[in-house]
Amino acid sequence: MEHIAIIGNGISGVTLARHIRKLSDKKITIISAETEYFFSRTALMYVYMGHMKFEHTQPYENWFWEKNRINLKKGYVNQIDTDNKTLHFTEGDSLTYDKLVIATGSKPNKFGWPGQDLKGVLGMYHKQDLENLEKYAPNNKVCKRAVIVGGGLIGIELAEMLNSRSIPVTFLVREDSFWNGVLPSGESEMINRHIKNHHIDLRLSSNLREIKADENGQVKSIIIDETGEEIECKVVGLTAGVTPNISFLKDSKIEVGRGVKVNRFLETNLKDVYAIGDCAEQHEAIGNRRPIEAVWYTGRMMGETLAQTICGNKLEYKPGHWFNSAKFMDIEYQTYGWVFSERSKKDFEAHFHWKHDDDTKCITVAYNKNTNEFLGINTFGIRMRHETFDNWLTEKRDIDYVMNHLAEANFDPEFYKRFEKDILKAYNNQLTIA
Amino acid sequence: MSLAKPDALNITTKQKIALAIGSIGLVILALALFNTNFPNKGLFLTLALGLITVGTVFYSREAYLTKLEGIKNDGVWFKSISSRGIGGWILGVVLTSFYIVLYFFPKYLGLGQNGEANTGLIALFDPLSKLLSGRDASQWFVYGTLYTIAILAFGYKFILKYRHNRYQQLRTISVMFFQLGFAFLIPEFMYVMNNDLPYYDLKSIWPLNYYIFDQWSVKGFISNGTIGLALLLFGIISIFVITPFLTYKYGKRWYCSWVCGCGGLAETAGDSFRQLSSKKLYAWKIERWLIHLVLVFSVVMTTAMVYSYLGTDSSKYWLTKGVFISLVIAFLTLVFAGVMYFKGKELAKDAKYGAISLFAVITLLLVMHFTSTTDHLFFVKGSALRSAYGIYIGSIFSGVIGTGFYPILGSRSWCRFGCPMAAILGFQQRLFSKFRITTNGGQCISCGNCSNSCEMGIDVRHYAQKGENIVRSSCVGCGICSAVCPRGVLKLENDSMKGRINSNDILLGNDVDLMNYVNQK
Repeated sequence: MEHIAIIGNGISGVTLARHIRKLSDKKITIISAETEYFFSRTALMYVYMGHMKFEHTQPYENWFWEKNRINLKKGYVNQIDTDNKTLHFTEGDSLTYDKLVIATGSKPNKFGWPGQDLKGVLGMYHKQDLENLEKYAPNNKVCKRAVIVGGGLIGIELAEMLNSRSIPVTFLVREDSFWNGVLPSGESEMINRHIKNHHIDLRLSSNLREIKADENGQVKSIIIDETGEEIECKVVGLTAGVTPNISFLKDSKIEVGRGVKVNRFLETNLKDVYAIGDCAEQHEAIGNRRPIEAVWYTGRMMGETLAQTICGNKLEYKPGHWFNSAKFMDIEYQTYGWVFSERSKKDFEAHFHWKHDDDTKCITVAYNKNTNEFLGINTFGIRMRHETFDNWLTEKRDIDYVMNHLAEANFDPEFYKRFEKDILKAYNNQLTIA
Repeated sequence: MSLAKPDALNITTKQKIALAIGSIGLVILALALFNTNFPNKGLFLTLALGLITVGTVFYSREAYLTKLEGIKNDGVWFKSISSRGIGGWILGVVLTSFYIVLYFFPKYLGLGQNGEANTGLIALFDPLSKLLSGRDASQWFVYGTLYTIAILAFGYKFILKYRHNRYQQLRTISVMFFQLGFAFLIPEFMYVMNNDLPYYDLKSIWPLNYYIFDQWSVKGFISNGTIGLALLLFGIISIFVITPFLTYKYGKRWYCSWVCGCGGLAETAGDSFRQLSSKKLYAWKIERWLIHLVLVFSVVMTTAMVYSYLGTDSSKYWLTKGVFISLVIAFLTLVFAGVMYFKGKELAKDAKYGAISLFAVITLLLVMHFTSTTDHLFFVKGSALRSAYGIYIGSIFSGVIGTGFYPILGSRSWCRFGCPMAAILGFQQRLFSKFRITTNGGQCISCGNCSNSCEMGIDVRHYAQKGENIVRSSCVGCGICSAVCPRGVLKLENDSMKGRINSNDILLGNDVDLMNYVNQK
């Protein structure tokens, strides 16, 4: 029986294993050094906030794995002998495989800041990060202030987490507005205000110079590069993006760049070795996507796709229309298709932006100003239907059609106030002015 | 009741004051319970109920109105009371004891024995009962009043907690209205108008209202002319017309989380405990057996009860034992045949269980009819069956366990494991209803907030992460899974029956060809 070894028990590896099991009778082993069982990484924040217990982040009950004959091995792979198809573990044992899949995800970026390895400096990615946070920031007596470095999706989640325990937060963001490398300015500025409304000390255009230690080698304060200001704190959260978690591959024959290099079939340079999820790097970016996609959904899709290939139906990774989602404190965000920030949008991309007076809801619709083709939508505080937008993107609808049929895409709960009329009115006004 | 509030840790001074106010109200009730004879009972009762309400309202305003609108679940798994900690167990014991005394030893609450005047806690409620219906209070009046106060005060708290969510607000206003009006006030006024009428909470439908077809109840209705007959007819129409129609259009939520009193308490005072229901697969298995057994029990019991007081001579009254039993059997067979004809393919294994239990019921009924010359069923009297049901299901299951165990089993263990009404509505919801919870394409991140907050113990995530709509008989449509979803994945909807159950192996967002290839296999 062919043995498929998967390193990494995140969404990519687990999706792959589940689908291989559906399609075949192969022997499957999932290896992880992080946790015994699969858990939802995106839910770690809710454990710290007390919404859930850690066990609730596990989407499958513990009996699921044995019932589906998926072997789980807890261990850290420190060497891969691809010639003999053998994995060697730090614990001393080894495991042979027929096909190997690397799905080890990411780790938080560290940019060589002085003090970045002190006690109390942490990312928010692994279960161990959560345990560290619980240790260094259990409450606002032990941790009188925390500083977060890096204004992305994980940074704002960490701010929300600390806020839930009334720990004051200083939030250093390199850009002059939150996440504005991705979000158009109207949205980014709305989120700035929302962050401040939660009494978070948001510092825009601010970089970290260094982290200072106390006599125990624990974080004491940080210095802001631009102003030289020193801020006392007990915890520093490094959330300036993630990078593929592949340092254990450096002595192997597997080709790596920033991530594990893969072709469109998710194959590496070596036969029978594949990589999926956050740690995989496409030779050529697919469409508007980045060569490394560190997103939950793409990890899942790569798992779905590779299962076909491994089970004999060789298939390219060919994702459909882009979509993503996040939640910024109390404001939900969804995106369908492509909406670029002012910084990265192309000449032909124009935007229609609408914002509600309460400053918690807005949408941005991107379209091609030459052809009027609808390109994508960002929606904040209003839920929209994935399927509807997916269809409209496939049908290459124009922006007029989308704006006039927006109500069909609404996904808010029943009895919610609807805004399609206001939005359409604003859209039509904008046309008359232009 | 104020014990159900979060721990006194990390709460503001104002909240502590609010807790103190509510506690004074509770102390007055406790003093009354231990036979303190208050001079002016009306005043002290008003004071007690008023302070409890004011305390809860004041506490809730401080808890929610000082923060921005949004999901307010911080710390629910840290607080002792809402995470099966010591606080939770203490509250569980207190509530359970209260229910045991209420159902089985009302004299300790001060119920007057053999025509004597009430004392203790029940006497404290005499003035209010006199005001409403002119009679002395009973243990049920005390219970009903406290129940109503709990739904109103904690309903207010719930409305503030979800002040960004109109579905939650309207639903809560609805249960508050039905509790105050239909369960509490209208029956009292009906008594004033006609004190021979049996107590009738119009929204309480058989089999939840298991005593409506008892002999004393039916006699009570029939002997009260047109209005009594109209009420009895309304009870029957509720079962056979109103309920199926509304459940078809909106799912069982129209009842369970908009109208029902048990649901009303669970959604308001019980909200802090919703996360405690077990999401494990074995819990679901227990649920399916238990709730359907209770349903079978209640059908057999009711049939046996009615059977026992019907006559055999059709010249006196058309509805004889024989006609009645034939009607019941015909109805059950019709339901079963209909389900098999229209939905047989969807059922498979479940259908077998359905068939077995149905024929078990029918066989029981037939055996009863043809072997017994009197009102015996398996040599057990219909009335004995009725009283067993009343004690074990009506009192112990729904009251003592259902509410007493809120802090241990979650707020809906009765609704989930025991309520025969929920079983019937759920059966229809699963098979013949437009209601479902729609999953939004591929947006689920498997975080588990939805499953965690499901009071009925549905593992919502199990469906959402597969992009599959949630069509479950137990879903009461409270909508909290949708509210807490951080990615906007879930939406409660009434839409066409076609494509309502839509299992997908590959989620939206991936390669279209792959989706077609796999999902159409």
